[in-house]
Amino acid sequence: MRLLTHNMLACNIKGVTNGYPLRLEAEKWVEKEVEFNADFLRGVFPKINWPALIGAARSLGFHDLLPNEAPDPSVLASDDQLLRQFHRALLELHVEEGGLVCPETGRLFPINKGIPNMLLHEDEV
Amino acid sequence: MTRPELQAPPEIFYNDTEARKYTTSSRIIEIQAKISERALELLNLPNDGVPRLLLDIGCGSGLSGETLSENGHHWIGFDISQSMLDVALDREVEGDLLLSDMGQGVGLRPSVIDGAISISAIQWLCYADNSSHEPVARLKAFFGSLYRCLTRGARAVLQLYSENMNQSEMIMKAAMRAGFAGGVVVDFPHSTKARKAYLVLTCGPASMQTSLPKGKAEDGESCSDDDESDDDDEQTVGIYDRHRPAKRSKIAKMGKGKGKGKAWVLKKKNQMRNKGYSVPPDTKYTARKRKDRF
Repeated sequence: MRLLTHNMLACNIKGVTNGYPLRLEAEKWVEKEVEFNADFLRGVFPKINWPALIGAARSLGFHDLLPNEAPDPSVLASDDQLLRQFHRALLELHVEEGGLVCPETGRLFPINKGIPNMLLHEDEV
Repeated sequence: MTRPELQAPPEIFYNDTEARKYTTSSRIIEIQAKISERALELLNLPNDGVPRLLLDIGCGSGLSGETLSENGHHWIGFDISQSMLDVALDREVEGDLLLSDMGQGVGLRPSVIDGAISISAIQWLCYADNSSHEPVARLKAFFGSLYRCLTRGARAVLQLYSENMNQSEMIMKAAMRAGFAGGVVVDFPHSTKARKAYLVLTCGPASMQTSLPKGKAEDGESCSDDDESDDDDEQTVGIYDRHRPAKRSKIAKMGKGKGKGKAWVLKKKNQMRNKGYSVPPDTKYTARKRKDRF
């Protein structure tokens, strides 16, 4: 699971209002090279929740990879180094084993072989 | 052979043996690839070369997702069967996979997805696989959450094999209630085997999107179906029963038209005679046209 997907996932349990972002607990992760495409990054940037991305990157141990404040889109477009770091954080870090924790209920969604198990129990639907 | 949906719930039907077919059967692979290409075409994404973030609902073994990757897009795939997802892992698909039940909702935050495809999957929502399943509620949860996570103007193209008219209507109603506009595009409507129905849904007011494309016909040219709506403002929908072409030909055979009915009756009587049954002799009264009230 890449941080791009983590940035989109929310807790689906019935009645939960504050189910985003899910806290990432990574036990095993790998770095895979992904083709760099500036157009995609610029296009997806407005949709990204920056604090969630920072939080996820931090839980993998990357404290200084990205700035704390979300950069201005114009800055992002011109700063190639920042763009590459954004690319690396969003698309190249893959969580293989671990879990996602709902911030409201504490429910754990395990991640196995890179696949988060988001199946809800009957009483959670 | 009964439909898969009538044999077992999807997470059980798509076990390791069934999942293996999706790696080894070249026929299945070819068909799924074609359908995926067509679905992507119907998504009508801008032709600007910018990769988009798409959903593949019921991604299974990742066959459809590979089509998305080949076209340069990033995607997130959902499936309920671990066996099928394992096959996708083996193929080393580029999209992210999620083990989830679409009937429980799509679980993504609002307005983040540029488009969604689904190949031969959403009909599973219509079957109540356990006592807590309520198909209408599941359809509502699915379409509602799908609508929310799509950006304005984004499309969802869902190819499905619905069992009958009731199912198609149920699905269509749920989609409309969730706020979607759109209709059904049918390719090769007159061929039982090649016939494919795509539910093309759009997010946003009807005036925003272009009209529905026409379905493909046998000779490669576009054919327009009578019920299909090309008009933006009219949201009528063409619903098709998959078995209609077959039914039509059967009725023609058994037809009570002049000569046809009698020939068939005589043929049948002969067949039974050859089998050895005692059959009344053929007389001038055999298969004679009776008065209506008879």
